[in-house]
Amino acid sequence: MSVLELRGLTKSFGGVHAVRDVSFEIGAGEFLAMIGPNGAGKSTCFNMINGQLAPDSGDILCDGKNIAGLAPRDIWRLGVGRTFQVAATFGSMTVIENVQTALISHARESYRLWRPAASRHRTRALELLRQVNMQDAADRPSRELAYGDVKRVELAIALANDPKLLLMDEPTAGMGASERHGLIELVKRLVVERGISVLFTEHSMDVVFAFADRIVVLARGRLIADGDAASIRDNVQVREVYFGTGKTFAGASA
Amino acid sequence: MTLNAFLFQILNGLSAASGLFLIAAGLSLIFGVTRIVNLAHGSLYMLGTYIAYTFATKIGGVTGFWGGIVATALIVGVIGALIEIVLLRRIYRAPELFQLLATFALVLVINDAALWLWGPADLLGPRAPGFRGAIEILGRRLPSYDLFLIVIGPLVLLALHLTLSRTRFGRLIRAATQDREMVGALGVNQAVLFTSVFALGAALAGLGGALQIAREPANLATDLIALGDAFVVVVVGGMGSIPGAYLAAVIIAEVKALCVGIGVVDFGFVTINFSKFTLVAEFLVMAIVLIARPYGLLGKAQGAVRSIAEPEEPIRPATPLLKALGAVVLVLLVCLPLLAQSTYFGSPYLLVLGIDVLIAIIFAASLHFIMGPGGMHSFGHAAYFGLGAYGAALLVKWLALPFGAALVAAPLLALAGALLFGWFAVRLSGVYLAMLTLAFAQIVWAAVFQWEGFTGGSNGVIGVWPPPPFDKSWVYFLLTLVLAVAAVLLLRRVLFAPFGYAMRAGRDSALRAEAIGIDVKRVHWLGFAIAGLICGVAGGLFAFAKGSISPETIHINRSIDGLVMVLLGGVQTLTGPIVGASVFAVLQDTVMRQTEYWRALMGAIILVLVLAFPQGIVGAFAALWRKAGGRT
Repeated sequence: MSVLELRGLTKSFGGVHAVRDVSFEIGAGEFLAMIGPNGAGKSTCFNMINGQLAPDSGDILCDGKNIAGLAPRDIWRLGVGRTFQVAATFGSMTVIENVQTALISHARESYRLWRPAASRHRTRALELLRQVNMQDAADRPSRELAYGDVKRVELAIALANDPKLLLMDEPTAGMGASERHGLIELVKRLVVERGISVLFTEHSMDVVFAFADRIVVLARGRLIADGDAASIRDNVQVREVYFGTGKTFAGASA
Repeated sequence: MTLNAFLFQILNGLSAASGLFLIAAGLSLIFGVTRIVNLAHGSLYMLGTYIAYTFATKIGGVTGFWGGIVATALIVGVIGALIEIVLLRRIYRAPELFQLLATFALVLVINDAALWLWGPADLLGPRAPGFRGAIEILGRRLPSYDLFLIVIGPLVLLALHLTLSRTRFGRLIRAATQDREMVGALGVNQAVLFTSVFALGAALAGLGGALQIAREPANLATDLIALGDAFVVVVVGGMGSIPGAYLAAVIIAEVKALCVGIGVVDFGFVTINFSKFTLVAEFLVMAIVLIARPYGLLGKAQGAVRSIAEPEEPIRPATPLLKALGAVVLVLLVCLPLLAQSTYFGSPYLLVLGIDVLIAIIFAASLHFIMGPGGMHSFGHAAYFGLGAYGAALLVKWLALPFGAALVAAPLLALAGALLFGWFAVRLSGVYLAMLTLAFAQIVWAAVFQWEGFTGGSNGVIGVWPPPPFDKSWVYFLLTLVLAVAAVLLLRRVLFAPFGYAMRAGRDSALRAEAIGIDVKRVHWLGFAIAGLICGVAGGLFAFAKGSISPETIHINRSIDGLVMVLLGGVQTLTGPIVGASVFAVLQDTVMRQTEYWRALMGAIILVLVLAFPQGIVGAFAALWRKAGGRT
């Protein structure tokens, strides 16, 4: 049973077809990577799923409900969490307050005017921070954190609504190689423990091929391949978009 | 209105449009390149009228008039360049709020300088040599000078267009308007570019002012009037768009001319004198355009301005030290009535001052609520003060409502106003939000000022005194104290509650707040409404404390006072507005009353504040405290 299903998703800006007739599904508990060269339409596709852009046509089915064109906050309410390509926190809050704010929103308590927020959902917030190894920094101002730690806090925030699907836009962008694997391992572990599905875009191929259960490849707005690491690696079309046709070398050696 | 009369009004409107365009074009150019909204632009225009008047009367004749106009434009241009070099260069990297305040300080300083140089009387210049007569058009006589003005607007538009499209200077201006960081990265000397653009904009304002002396007297009030007009035109036309400025100038001038032309209309059930609604009409046009096209008719969305403000400390509950301090201050305040009666240094004036300070605290705390944690820089908070004050006074006057009921109804009226205006305001951000809130406040002010039959017009409402026992100043002081403490504690409570966190999340990053399910616009709208409600309490208390209310007390100056109070205390601290309001109110009631040139003094205070204490009093102390190793 698929958690998310894209059907004929299409979006153009002016005359440019950013995404054309893209369809694929994400199964429950699946760790799915979306890759493609620059300008392939990954971000556009992502932003349609998370609600920042409305598609020109096509459906986005989340547990069978069409979420195309809904506002980001409504999509989040349906159990879709997300992290951003450039990670940041609510800078005027402590680490734990960041997580508490998300928990408060999840509990639909954001309009409460009286009881202090600091006492709400603190235990649960600490538990989430512990899962991303940030419990020791709970009461530090979040703007003092190193970038790698900001990424972890963002992950804790994204988990606050018990999502069934997590959207991660280049989760390791801006991180060093060792940090990168650490973060993805953490995500993978959480995903397995909680049975969450993850859709992530990524430029770093070592991460993609080491961790993804399945890979979809976009090029010039179209879906050109969908399969496991081995089949993607051997896919001729994928090789073409990444490395060219290779005819130059073929001609020279012949 | 006959067709001829209608067409004649159109011509009238076109000649007014030229003046509007000249001042608005300069403002728009300056904003486009430097991203500074120059509130002193109306003052440069006013300087233009005075300087041109001096040339036209001291030298006289054709040289004095026409030569004087050219010389005036040059002189005002030089003044503009000086302002840019001496002041603005220091604050390009400051938050926009500070830039607005610094240029407003210039408004105050220039106004007092003009008062000192030219005196308070209106000065009417001579008629323009060569354009003294009138021409018969459509059966009416149109002064030939007006025809000259109709032509001059499009001529300047053409000249500016050619400069922008054909010259290297123009290319740089257009490039900087699109992306000034890139222009800097390409090696263009930004300092020279900014100074020359500011000088050009100032010269246009000076020219606009100088051209008016044959029609209208030079007057000390023209600075804010011209500024308001220029604001409306630039925002309607689109910030940074010169053709947009001309289009908007024509629309605004025509709407006003038609309001005058239509005059009194009897709708059967109600008679409306449209000529009294020129101000309301102008700001209404602006509000409608901002709602339909937030970036103006021909404007484009501005690229995101990176936040350069110091990041904010997380809020913490009051420390025992702060709580003790608060308790001591509170006890002192409760004892103030006794102190006022003491024989040594007591004076009944002490209680009047105390009431003023407490009302200022409610006003500033409510403004801080949306400005700091909400990130909405309202330049029109006086609107809700005015709705509260006028609401209370008018309910007493027309419905003979008892004191208590009026005091409860006042904040509710302010709440209604804040709900209405806030709904539109939260759809914008930054400078545009500041302008829209200002426009709404001006609508409230203009409605009060021009609707004489209901509000008493410029005389206001008098004789609104509270009944016994509240007629005794010590009782009224204690009532004000109770309400002030309640208001401050309530706002603080809300800030520590989930709602306060949701509001700050929306300010810190609207995108991320939406991504965790927070409806940022709605949260900010409710925040705006809460601030309006509390501000209305201050307004109601003010009306009964003074026994009267007049349009002056709710003018733009009060909105700016509020901003100064909050910044004086420090926008990033919770106790800041209390300290800022107290210091400001005491200064205003004591030092400022001693001098005729209080505006210049006030301007100087703001400039010192902006240049030396960007964190405010409490912010500066907190930073010192942290440096010394203490914890706050």
